[in-house]
Amino acid sequence: MEKVGDYDELVNLKATELRLGLPGTEETISCGKSNKRALPDDDTEKEIESTGKTETASPPKAQIVGWPPVRSYRRNSIQTKKNESEGQGNYVKVSMDGAPYLRKIDLTVYKKYPELMKSLENMFKFSVGEYFEREGYKGSDFVPTYEDKDGDWMLIGDVPWEMFVSSCKRLRIMKGSEVKGLGCGV
Amino acid sequence: MTEEEEDSSAKMSEDVKRYLKLDTRSSAAATSEPPCSSSSSASALANNKSRNFKSFEPPCPDHVLENVLENVLQFLTSRCDRNAVSLVCRSWWRVEAQTRFEVFIGNCYSLSPLRLTHRFTRVRSLVLKGKPRFADFNLMPRNWGAQFAPWVAATAKAYPWLEKVHLKRMFVTDDDLALLAESFPGFKELTLVCCEGFGTSGIAVVANKCRQLKVLDLLESEVTDDEVDWLSCFPASETHLESLSFDCVESPINFKALEELVVRSPFLKKLRTNRFVSLEVLHRLMVRAPQLTSLGTGSFSPENVLQGEQEPDYAAAFRACKSISCLSGFRDLTPEYLPAISPVCANLTSLNFSYANISPDMLKPIIRNCHNIRVFWALDSICDEGLQAVAATCKELRELRVFPFDPREDSEGPISGVGLQAISEGCRKLESILYFCQRMTNGAVTAMSENCPQLTVFRLCIMGRHRPDHVTGKPMDVGFGAIVKNCKKLTRLAVSGLLTDEAFSYIGEYGKLIRTLSVAFAGNSDRALRYVLEGCPKLQKLEIRDSPFGDVGLRSGMHRYCNMRFVWLSSCVLSRGGCREVAHALPNVVVEVFGSDDDDDDDTVTGDYVETLYLYRSLDGPRKDAPKFVTIL
Repeated sequence: MEKVGDYDELVNLKATELRLGLPGTEETISCGKSNKRALPDDDTEKEIESTGKTETASPPKAQIVGWPPVRSYRRNSIQTKKNESEGQGNYVKVSMDGAPYLRKIDLTVYKKYPELMKSLENMFKFSVGEYFEREGYKGSDFVPTYEDKDGDWMLIGDVPWEMFVSSCKRLRIMKGSEVKGLGCGV
Repeated sequence: MTEEEEDSSAKMSEDVKRYLKLDTRSSAAATSEPPCSSSSSASALANNKSRNFKSFEPPCPDHVLENVLENVLQFLTSRCDRNAVSLVCRSWWRVEAQTRFEVFIGNCYSLSPLRLTHRFTRVRSLVLKGKPRFADFNLMPRNWGAQFAPWVAATAKAYPWLEKVHLKRMFVTDDDLALLAESFPGFKELTLVCCEGFGTSGIAVVANKCRQLKVLDLLESEVTDDEVDWLSCFPASETHLESLSFDCVESPINFKALEELVVRSPFLKKLRTNRFVSLEVLHRLMVRAPQLTSLGTGSFSPENVLQGEQEPDYAAAFRACKSISCLSGFRDLTPEYLPAISPVCANLTSLNFSYANISPDMLKPIIRNCHNIRVFWALDSICDEGLQAVAATCKELRELRVFPFDPREDSEGPISGVGLQAISEGCRKLESILYFCQRMTNGAVTAMSENCPQLTVFRLCIMGRHRPDHVTGKPMDVGFGAIVKNCKKLTRLAVSGLLTDEAFSYIGEYGKLIRTLSVAFAGNSDRALRYVLEGCPKLQKLEIRDSPFGDVGLRSGMHRYCNMRFVWLSSCVLSRGGCREVAHALPNVVVEVFGSDDDDDDDTVTGDYVETLYLYRSLDGPRKDAPKFVTIL
């Protein structure tokens, strides 16, 4: 399989290790065809997105709330005709330590962790380092975490994707010292 | 009293004397009747006059003056003129207040219902607007406010003769509608635009109880399906209905009831049906109402596909409706049936295809005949080619709106500057444009600024954030600069694409008539905001999101906020301290601060950070119905 970036390490987990997906599903490469970290509004990224299907194209850009400014009434009216079973979208807040603004992203747009992480990296202009099952993220000061339904702060990537999407209430990209002590799970 | 008022009352005294004499004579003649108040006061006055003239305060000079003024002011309908009149003196203020029948309130929180009913005593028509426009894009939590309830309660007591209510972005409940229907026996017109909070049961009460109802227009509102057959609730007798619009009602309707309603509504001119109305049902309605001028065609798709002669002759139905000038609907268009509208094309002044996925080839044969179109709404599925066809035929076009079929930031976007330029060259009388696209050039925008000098509304939405001119790679500053410079009548502007502070310097320098400005993902610094706030004297509504404007920029508008309807700043770089500063400096301005969720809690990261600032002037101080997640500084 093509090695595209750090996140494809996740894809190459052996059968005995915890997989990021339901048992029996095949992990496919999710990242784009180029090695380049896609920048927002990069024209080449647009080309990739418009040619391939989502599974093989670069990760979908995070949808900003209320943009483009089309009323939900109009969006829904046109969507029913497209016959897509896109639901309401699952918007969660994303904050990053040190950044003065919050963002909201729609989790239903992504199908797996690498897509989400790439999107977050683009949005906040940082990189997350490498994920290891036991030690967490290494190689960067930033650690992506999320708050689950029980109010616990978890490391992104610890649980299967579907479980993450259904239990995630909000995301927080933590920095530096706060991260120590945050293991996997409760 | 001023000198002028004293003079005029001295001059009036001759008239007063004559007035008084007439009254006393008439009251003397009618001895069996108890003296009416005016003559008894007149006689009392006559007696007092000789004894103590100096303490005599005649109410009558004002009455005479006011009677005259009343007769004159009834011809004044413009609210700007009336506002000016009311400032002349107290007497004129009073008479104007008594003769104002139509009241417009642009922000429901700018005053209390009590103030309205105290000042204006004879209101027959009320226009009320609630939430700011960015609430339409999920930037405001639900339950923020703008409830109609206190207004309907106050007007129910004060204006029993109220005839018309027009609400935009208000929260209206079924109870509110029921109270309305019960309180105003002469009620004629209800228009709800972008409202929510009510359902078909509320509509049913209005339909049933408002016996004089002429207009029931539900436009882009959220109407819950209470599974009530509201169409059957109209009275069984002939109705006064002239306009019935329910295209936003997302629930099935009783077709038979609708048909019967149409039959007993001889004055019906506008009928806008929802997407549950198939072609067959539409056909039956058209046959029964050939006098229609405006038709919302529902789904424009047949329920059953019949072959040959069994199928209704849709084109004939359109031919029979000779007065149709406005067409909309097409919610689920089956393309083969589109040509049926051809008979009415030549007379159309307004055509709304914005819910139909219409390709250039589908559009061209239709638009070719629409020489009289003034308003055209469509999806970008018509492509640049379709826009060129519009430009070739629609020389009378005044308003164009092109919406995205795929309203996502990274969608393909089939229209561009090519279409915009074509429109500008073909439709020289254009006044208003809303254009969603993914690719644009300064050249095309500049061309429009030069070709369409009548533009009053220019709203361009380049959907990808921070997109530059896709040919030169430069910011879109020059294009928007040309718009504000060349379109001297411009009152409304929405900008997008990659924009630096320079664009805003142009807006401040040339945008002297701009009343509404919408900004998103634009500018470099506070200077941009300062240019606008210092340069645009007519600015009333300013809505900004996701732009790098902070406390310094906010401060630069202090001198303006009392003269504006509102300012909205979300996801910028404001701090609580900065917002508080404005709140303290301007007691007549309400400063609201809130997040985008109603469950916002303390967050160490965002403690001082202000997600959304919404400020507006108010005569009656901060509102008392603010929910927990709103902080009023």
